[in-house]
Amino acid sequence: MDGMHDLGGKQGFGRIRYSLHAQVFHEPWEKRVNALYSLAVKLGIFNMDEYRHAIERMEPRHYLTASYYERSLTSLATLCVEKGIVTQEELERRADGVFPLAAPSAPGRSNVAGRERFKPGDRVRVRTDYVPGHVRMPGYIRGKTGVVVSESPAYPFPDAHAHGVKAADEPTYDVRFRSEDLWPNSSDPALVHVAVFQSYLERVR
Amino acid sequence: MRDPSEVRQGTASVEQRVDAIEAAFDERGMKPGEFIVEFNHLAEERWVPDNGAKVVAKAWTDPDFKQRLLTDGRRAVAELGITMPAHHRHLVVLENTPTLQNVICCTLCSCTAFTIIGLPPDWYKDLEYRSRVVRQSRTVLKEMGLDLPPEVEIRVWDTTADTRYMVLPVQPPHTIGWSEEELARLVTKDSMIGVARL
Repeated sequence: MDGMHDLGGKQGFGRIRYSLHAQVFHEPWEKRVNALYSLAVKLGIFNMDEYRHAIERMEPRHYLTASYYERSLTSLATLCVEKGIVTQEELERRADGVFPLAAPSAPGRSNVAGRERFKPGDRVRVRTDYVPGHVRMPGYIRGKTGVVVSESPAYPFPDAHAHGVKAADEPTYDVRFRSEDLWPNSSDPALVHVAVFQSYLERVR
Repeated sequence: MRDPSEVRQGTASVEQRVDAIEAAFDERGMKPGEFIVEFNHLAEERWVPDNGAKVVAKAWTDPDFKQRLLTDGRRAVAELGITMPAHHRHLVVLENTPTLQNVICCTLCSCTAFTIIGLPPDWYKDLEYRSRVVRQSRTVLKEMGLDLPPEVEIRVWDTTADTRYMVLPVQPPHTIGWSEEELARLVTKDSMIGVARL
Protein backbone atom coordinates (compact mmCIF):
# COMPACT_ATOMS: atom_id res chain seq x y z
CA MET A 1 0.00 0.00 0.00
CA ASP A 2 1.11 3.54 -0.69
CA GLY A 3 0.86 4.43 2.99
CA MET A 4 2.03 7.27 5.17
CA HIS A 5 4.91 5.11 6.41
CA ASP A 6 6.56 5.23 2.98
CA LEU A 7 8.58 8.32 3.76
CA GLY A 8 11.68 8.05 1.57
CA GLY A 9 12.04 11.20 -0.53
CA LYS A 10 8.99 12.99 0.90
CA GLN A 11 9.70 16.70 1.03
CA GLY A 12 9.01 19.32 3.65
CA PHE A 13 10.37 17.62 6.75
CA GLY A 14 12.71 19.72 8.87
CA ARG A 15 16.08 19.23 10.52
CA ILE A 16 17.00 15.86 12.01
CA ARG A 17 16.56 16.00 15.79
CA TYR A 18 20.06 14.70 16.28
CA SER A 19 22.12 14.54 19.42
CA LEU A 20 25.35 12.79 20.29
CA HIS A 21 24.74 9.67 22.40
CA ALA A 22 21.04 9.79 21.53
CA GLN A 23 18.61 7.68 23.51
CA VAL A 24 16.85 4.55 22.29
CA PHE A 25 14.04 4.81 24.85
CA HIS A 26 12.64 7.88 26.61
CA GLU A 27 9.93 6.45 28.90
CA PRO A 28 9.71 3.19 30.87
CA TRP A 29 6.51 2.13 29.03
CA GLU A 30 8.43 2.15 25.73
CA LYS A 31 10.67 -0.65 26.95
CA ARG A 32 7.62 -2.64 28.03
CA VAL A 33 5.95 -2.26 24.63
CA ASN A 34 9.10 -3.25 22.83
CA ALA A 35 9.35 -6.41 24.94
CA LEU A 36 5.62 -7.24 24.69
CA TYR A 37 5.56 -7.20 20.90
CA SER A 38 8.69 -9.39 20.87
CA LEU A 39 6.92 -11.79 23.23
CA ALA A 40 3.95 -11.96 20.85
CA VAL A 41 6.32 -12.74 17.95
CA LYS A 42 8.10 -15.35 20.03
CA LEU A 43 4.78 -17.00 20.95
CA GLY A 44 3.86 -17.12 17.25
CA ILE A 45 0.85 -14.78 17.55
CA PHE A 46 2.13 -12.84 14.55
CA ASN A 47 5.26 -12.49 12.42
CA MET A 48 7.41 -9.43 11.71
CA ASP A 49 5.77 -8.75 8.34
CA GLU A 50 2.32 -8.73 9.93
CA TYR A 51 3.73 -6.47 12.63
CA ARG A 52 5.18 -3.98 10.14
CA HIS A 53 2.01 -4.03 8.08
CA ALA A 54 -0.23 -3.29 11.07
CA ILE A 55 1.87 -0.16 11.70
CA GLU A 56 1.46 0.83 8.06
CA ARG A 57 -2.32 0.38 8.35
CA MET A 58 -2.57 3.08 11.02
CA GLU A 59 -4.66 6.00 9.90
CA PRO A 60 -2.15 8.60 8.58
CA ARG A 61 -3.18 11.26 11.09
CA HIS A 62 -2.53 8.81 13.91
CA TYR A 63 0.69 7.50 12.33
CA LEU A 64 2.23 10.96 12.04
CA THR A 65 1.34 12.10 15.53
CA ALA A 66 2.18 8.85 17.34
CA SER A 67 5.66 8.32 18.72
CA TYR A 68 7.67 5.37 17.42
CA TYR A 69 6.69 3.18 20.37
CA GLU A 70 3.03 4.22 20.22
CA ARG A 71 3.06 2.87 16.66
CA SER A 72 4.54 -0.34 18.00
CA LEU A 73 1.83 -0.48 20.69
CA THR A 74 -0.93 0.11 18.12
CA SER A 75 0.33 -2.68 15.88
CA LEU A 76 0.62 -5.10 18.81
CA ALA A 77 -2.92 -4.36 20.00
CA THR A 78 -4.42 -4.47 16.50
CA LEU A 79 -2.92 -7.89 15.77
CA CYS A 80 -3.91 -9.30 19.15
CA VAL A 81 -7.51 -8.25 18.42
CA GLU A 82 -7.42 -9.56 14.85
CA LYS A 83 -5.93 -12.89 15.98
CA GLY A 84 -8.59 -13.32 18.64
CA ILE A 85 -6.26 -13.10 21.65
CA VAL A 86 -8.25 -10.23 23.15
CA THR A 87 -11.15 -8.00 22.12
CA GLN A 88 -10.97 -4.27 21.66
CA GLU A 89 -13.72 -3.97 24.30
CA GLU A 90 -11.56 -5.77 26.86
CA LEU A 91 -8.57 -3.57 26.05
CA GLU A 92 -10.67 -0.40 26.38
CA ARG A 93 -12.19 -1.58 29.63
CA ARG A 94 -8.77 -2.32 31.05
CA ALA A 95 -7.26 0.93 29.70
CA ASP A 96 -10.28 2.93 30.87
CA GLY A 97 -10.53 4.83 27.59
CA VAL A 98 -10.48 4.63 23.80
CA PHE A 99 -7.80 2.29 22.42
CA PRO A 100 -7.24 3.27 18.78
CA LEU A 101 -6.27 0.43 16.45
CA ALA A 102 -5.03 0.30 12.86
CA ALA A 103 -7.42 0.03 9.91
CA PRO A 104 -8.34 -3.43 8.56
CA SER A 105 -6.05 -5.22 6.13
CA ALA A 106 -6.57 -5.51 2.37
CA PRO A 107 -5.66 -8.76 0.53
CA GLY A 108 -2.03 -9.79 0.08
CA ARG A 109 -0.46 -11.44 -2.96
CA SER A 110 1.90 -14.28 -3.79
CA ASN A 111 5.15 -14.14 -5.76
CA VAL A 112 5.02 -12.54 -9.19
CA ALA A 113 5.01 -15.05 -12.09
CA GLY A 114 8.16 -15.25 -14.21
CA ARG A 115 10.65 -14.15 -11.58
CA GLU A 116 14.18 -13.96 -12.90
CA ARG A 117 17.52 -14.64 -11.27
CA PHE A 118 19.89 -11.69 -11.54
CA LYS A 119 23.62 -11.32 -11.08
CA PRO A 120 25.77 -8.37 -10.10
CA GLY A 121 25.98 -5.85 -12.91
CA ASP A 122 22.56 -6.68 -14.39
CA ARG A 123 20.36 -3.70 -15.18
CA VAL A 124 16.92 -4.03 -13.66
CA ARG A 125 13.71 -2.01 -13.50
CA VAL A 126 11.34 -1.94 -10.55
CA ARG A 127 7.91 -3.11 -11.71
CA THR A 128 5.17 -0.51 -11.63
CA ASP A 129 2.98 -2.56 -9.29
CA TYR A 130 0.30 -1.03 -7.09
CA VAL A 131 -0.84 -3.39 -4.34
CA PRO A 132 -3.46 -2.84 -1.64
CA GLY A 133 -1.66 -4.95 1.01
CA HIS A 134 1.84 -5.09 2.44
CA VAL A 135 4.80 -4.40 0.18
CA ARG A 136 8.46 -3.66 0.95
CA MET A 137 9.10 -1.60 -2.17
CA PRO A 138 9.55 2.04 -1.22
CA GLY A 139 7.50 4.20 -3.60
CA TYR A 140 10.52 6.23 -4.67
CA ILE A 141 11.97 3.35 -6.71
CA ARG A 142 8.77 2.31 -8.50
CA GLY A 143 9.42 2.16 -12.26
CA LYS A 144 13.05 3.22 -11.79
CA THR A 145 16.11 1.55 -13.31
CA GLY A 146 19.20 0.50 -11.37
CA VAL A 147 22.08 -1.98 -11.29
CA VAL A 148 22.23 -5.15 -9.20
CA VAL A 149 25.19 -5.21 -6.79
CA SER A 150 24.47 -8.39 -4.81
CA GLU A 151 21.99 -11.13 -3.97
CA SER A 152 20.80 -12.17 -0.50
CA PRO A 153 19.68 -15.58 0.76
CA ALA A 154 15.96 -16.35 0.22
CA TYR A 155 13.45 -14.80 2.63
CA PRO A 156 9.70 -15.14 3.12
CA PHE A 157 7.96 -12.88 0.57
CA PRO A 158 6.55 -10.01 2.67
CA ASP A 159 3.54 -9.30 0.39
CA ALA A 160 2.35 -12.83 1.20
CA HIS A 161 3.85 -13.37 4.65
CA ALA A 162 2.01 -10.35 6.12
CA HIS A 163 -1.32 -11.81 4.99
CA GLY A 164 -1.06 -15.56 5.54
CA VAL A 165 -0.84 -16.10 1.77
CA LYS A 166 1.19 -19.08 0.57
CA ALA A 167 4.35 -18.13 -1.34
CA ALA A 168 7.86 -19.31 -2.06
CA ASP A 169 10.80 -17.68 -0.29
CA GLU A 170 12.76 -15.49 -2.63
CA PRO A 171 16.05 -13.56 -2.57
CA THR A 172 16.41 -9.82 -2.42
CA TYR A 173 18.82 -7.87 -4.55
CA ASP A 174 20.78 -4.87 -3.45
CA VAL A 175 20.09 -2.52 -6.34
CA ARG A 176 22.07 0.66 -6.88
CA PHE A 177 20.19 3.72 -8.13
CA ARG A 178 21.47 7.22 -8.86
CA SER A 179 19.67 9.85 -6.82
CA GLU A 180 19.58 11.88 -10.03
CA ASP A 181 17.46 9.15 -11.67
CA LEU A 182 15.16 8.88 -8.66
CA TRP A 183 14.53 12.63 -8.31
CA PRO A 184 15.83 14.43 -11.42
CA ASN A 185 17.24 17.88 -10.66
CA SER A 186 15.92 17.59 -7.13
CA SER A 187 18.33 15.67 -4.92
CA ASP A 188 21.88 15.71 -3.58
CA PRO A 189 24.13 13.59 -5.83
CA ALA A 190 24.54 10.13 -4.28
CA LEU A 191 24.14 6.44 -4.96
CA VAL A 192 21.09 5.00 -3.22
CA HIS A 193 21.12 1.25 -2.58
CA VAL A 194 17.82 -0.48 -1.88
CA ALA A 195 17.20 -4.13 -0.93
CA VAL A 196 14.54 -5.20 -3.45
CA PHE A 197 12.63 -8.49 -3.50
CA GLN A 198 12.96 -10.52 -6.68
CA SER A 199 9.22 -10.23 -7.43
CA TYR A 200 9.53 -6.46 -7.68
CA LEU A 201 12.18 -6.54 -10.42
CA GLU A 202 12.31 -7.10 -14.16
CA ARG A 203 15.33 -7.23 -16.44
CA VAL A 204 16.14 -4.24 -18.63
CA ARG A 205 16.81 -5.72 -22.07
CA MET B 1 -13.75 -3.15 15.10
CA ARG B 2 -14.08 0.56 15.71
CA ASP B 3 -13.87 2.82 12.67
CA PRO B 4 -10.28 4.14 12.89
CA SER B 5 -11.34 7.56 11.61
CA GLU B 6 -13.66 8.05 14.56
CA VAL B 7 -13.03 11.05 16.79
CA ARG B 8 -10.65 10.16 19.59
CA GLN B 9 -12.14 11.89 22.57
CA GLY B 10 -11.22 10.03 25.69
CA THR B 11 -8.27 8.12 24.30
CA ALA B 12 -6.47 6.21 27.02
CA SER B 13 -2.90 7.28 27.74
CA VAL B 14 -0.14 5.15 26.23
CA GLU B 15 0.77 3.90 29.72
CA GLN B 16 -2.83 2.79 30.32
CA ARG B 17 -2.86 1.06 26.95
CA VAL B 18 0.40 -0.80 27.64
CA ASP B 19 -0.93 -1.78 31.08
CA ALA B 20 -4.09 -3.12 29.41
CA ILE B 21 -2.15 -5.38 27.05
CA GLU B 22 0.23 -6.56 29.74
CA ALA B 23 -2.69 -7.41 32.04
CA ALA B 24 -4.51 -9.25 29.23
CA PHE B 25 -1.35 -11.26 28.48
CA ASP B 26 -0.85 -11.97 32.15
CA GLU B 27 -4.41 -13.27 32.58
CA ARG B 28 -3.81 -15.65 29.66
CA GLY B 29 -0.74 -17.14 31.28
CA MET B 30 1.72 -15.57 28.83
CA LYS B 31 4.01 -14.40 31.65
CA PRO B 32 4.72 -10.91 30.26
CA GLY B 33 6.39 -9.63 33.44
CA GLU B 34 9.16 -12.22 33.33
CA PHE B 35 9.68 -11.72 29.61
CA ILE B 36 9.96 -7.94 29.94
CA VAL B 37 12.76 -8.28 32.49
CA GLU B 38 14.57 -10.88 30.42
CA PHE B 39 14.18 -8.99 27.15
CA ASN B 40 15.25 -5.64 28.53
CA HIS B 41 18.32 -7.26 29.98
CA LEU B 42 19.24 -8.40 26.46
CA ALA B 43 18.46 -4.97 25.01
CA GLU B 44 20.58 -3.12 27.56
CA GLU B 45 23.44 -5.55 28.16
CA ARG B 46 23.83 -7.60 25.00
CA TRP B 47 22.62 -5.58 22.01
CA VAL B 48 25.13 -2.81 22.44
CA PRO B 49 27.43 -0.98 20.03
CA ASP B 50 30.46 -2.44 21.86
CA ASN B 51 29.83 -5.54 19.72
CA GLY B 52 30.21 -3.61 16.49
CA ALA B 53 33.18 -1.73 17.94
CA LYS B 54 34.95 -5.05 18.55
CA VAL B 55 34.26 -6.07 14.95
CA VAL B 56 35.62 -2.79 13.61
CA ALA B 57 38.78 -2.90 15.76
CA LYS B 58 39.44 -6.48 14.67
CA ALA B 59 38.96 -5.53 11.00
CA TRP B 60 41.42 -2.63 11.38
CA THR B 61 44.12 -4.83 12.88
CA ASP B 62 43.62 -8.14 11.05
CA PRO B 63 43.46 -7.88 7.23
CA ASP B 64 42.41 -11.54 6.84
CA PHE B 65 39.49 -11.00 9.22
CA LYS B 66 38.54 -7.84 7.36
CA GLN B 67 38.44 -9.79 4.10
CA ARG B 68 36.20 -12.44 5.66
CA LEU B 69 34.00 -9.71 7.14
CA LEU B 70 33.52 -8.04 3.76
CA THR B 71 32.85 -11.41 2.10
CA ASP B 72 30.37 -12.85 4.64
CA GLY B 73 29.62 -10.53 7.53
CA ARG B 74 27.33 -12.89 9.42
CA ARG B 75 29.90 -15.68 9.54
CA ALA B 76 32.77 -13.31 10.41
CA VAL B 77 31.02 -11.67 13.38
CA ALA B 78 30.14 -15.15 14.68
CA GLU B 79 33.92 -15.77 15.03
CA LEU B 80 33.83 -13.07 17.73
CA GLY B 81 30.85 -14.70 19.43
CA ILE B 82 28.38 -12.12 18.09
CA THR B 83 25.09 -13.55 16.90
CA MET B 84 22.25 -12.20 14.79
CA PRO B 85 18.55 -13.12 14.96
CA ALA B 86 17.58 -16.05 12.72
CA HIS B 87 15.69 -13.78 10.33
CA HIS B 88 18.76 -11.59 9.71
CA ARG B 89 20.28 -14.06 7.27
CA HIS B 90 22.77 -11.71 5.73
CA LEU B 91 25.11 -8.99 7.01
CA VAL B 92 26.68 -6.67 4.47
CA VAL B 93 29.62 -4.67 5.78
CA LEU B 94 30.20 -1.38 3.98
CA GLU B 95 33.78 -0.15 4.02
CA ASN B 96 34.33 3.57 4.08
CA THR B 97 37.45 5.09 2.52
CA PRO B 98 38.79 8.64 2.63
CA THR B 99 36.73 9.33 -0.53
CA LEU B 100 33.65 7.18 0.16
CA GLN B 101 31.04 7.55 2.91
CA ASN B 102 28.39 4.84 3.36
CA VAL B 103 25.26 5.71 5.34
CA ILE B 104 22.47 3.36 6.43
CA CYS B 105 18.79 4.06 7.02
CA CYS B 106 15.35 2.46 6.93
CA THR B 107 12.84 4.67 5.14
CA LEU B 108 9.90 2.31 5.74
CA CYS B 109 10.37 1.62 9.47
CA SER B 110 13.47 1.23 11.66
CA CYS B 111 15.40 -1.89 10.60
CA THR B 112 19.00 -2.16 11.83
CA ALA B 113 21.61 -4.77 12.69
CA PHE B 114 20.70 -4.12 16.34
CA THR B 115 22.58 -7.07 17.83
CA ILE B 116 25.79 -5.61 16.40
CA ILE B 117 25.54 -1.83 16.35
CA GLY B 118 22.93 -1.52 19.13
CA LEU B 119 19.26 -0.55 19.00
CA PRO B 120 18.63 2.37 16.66
CA PRO B 121 18.78 5.86 18.23
CA ASP B 122 15.64 8.02 18.36
CA TRP B 123 16.55 10.24 15.40
CA TYR B 124 17.11 7.18 13.15
CA LYS B 125 13.43 6.24 13.64
CA ASP B 126 12.14 9.81 13.23
CA LEU B 127 10.19 11.03 10.22
CA GLU B 128 12.88 13.58 9.31
CA TYR B 129 15.81 11.18 8.91
CA ARG B 130 13.70 8.58 7.13
CA SER B 131 12.25 11.01 4.59
CA ARG B 132 15.31 13.10 3.89
CA VAL B 133 18.50 11.05 4.07
CA VAL B 134 17.93 9.20 0.78
CA ARG B 135 17.22 12.36 -1.16
CA GLN B 136 19.28 15.03 0.59
CA SER B 137 22.13 12.93 1.92
CA ARG B 138 24.90 15.53 1.86
CA THR B 139 22.68 18.25 3.31
CA VAL B 140 21.42 15.98 6.08
CA LEU B 141 24.91 14.78 7.03
CA LYS B 142 26.09 18.39 7.16
CA GLU B 143 23.21 19.31 9.46
CA MET B 144 24.25 16.41 11.69
CA GLY B 145 27.78 17.76 11.91
CA LEU B 146 29.45 15.76 9.13
CA ASP B 147 30.45 18.28 6.48
CA LEU B 148 31.99 16.11 3.76
CA PRO B 149 34.34 17.59 1.17
CA PRO B 150 32.88 17.52 -2.36
CA GLU B 151 35.28 14.77 -3.49
CA VAL B 152 33.75 12.29 -1.00
CA GLU B 153 31.14 10.13 -2.69
CA ILE B 154 28.03 9.23 -0.65
CA ARG B 155 26.26 5.88 -0.81
CA VAL B 156 23.01 5.52 1.11
CA TRP B 157 21.74 2.01 1.98
CA ASP B 158 18.00 1.69 2.61
CA THR B 159 17.24 -1.38 4.79
CA THR B 160 14.02 -2.39 3.03
CA ALA B 161 14.42 -6.19 3.48
CA ASP B 162 16.08 -8.51 5.99
CA THR B 163 19.64 -7.92 4.83
CA ARG B 164 21.36 -5.92 7.55
CA TYR B 165 24.16 -3.41 7.09
CA MET B 166 26.95 -1.95 9.18
CA VAL B 167 29.48 0.66 8.18
CA LEU B 168 33.19 -0.02 8.65
CA PRO B 169 34.61 3.43 9.41
CA VAL B 170 38.04 4.61 8.30
CA GLN B 171 40.69 4.10 10.97
CA PRO B 172 42.04 7.47 12.12
CA PRO B 173 45.69 7.61 10.92
CA HIS B 174 47.08 8.57 14.33
CA THR B 175 45.78 5.30 15.83
CA ILE B 176 47.89 2.95 13.70
CA GLY B 177 49.60 0.49 16.04
CA TRP B 178 47.04 0.79 18.86
CA SER B 179 45.69 -2.37 20.49
CA GLU B 180 42.28 -3.77 19.56
CA GLU B 181 40.92 -2.78 22.98
CA GLU B 182 42.10 0.82 22.60
CA LEU B 183 40.73 1.02 19.07
CA ALA B 184 37.35 -0.43 20.03
CA ARG B 185 36.88 2.38 22.54
CA LEU B 186 36.98 4.92 19.67
CA VAL B 187 34.16 3.37 17.67
CA THR B 188 30.68 4.86 18.09
CA LYS B 189 27.22 3.67 17.05
CA ASP B 190 26.90 6.75 14.82
CA SER B 191 30.11 5.90 12.96
CA MET B 192 28.69 2.42 12.21
CA ILE B 193 25.47 4.00 10.93
CA GLY B 194 27.65 6.27 8.82
CA VAL B 195 26.54 9.69 10.04
CA ALA B 196 29.87 10.38 11.75
CA ARG B 197 33.56 9.86 10.96
CA LEU B 198 36.15 9.08 13.60
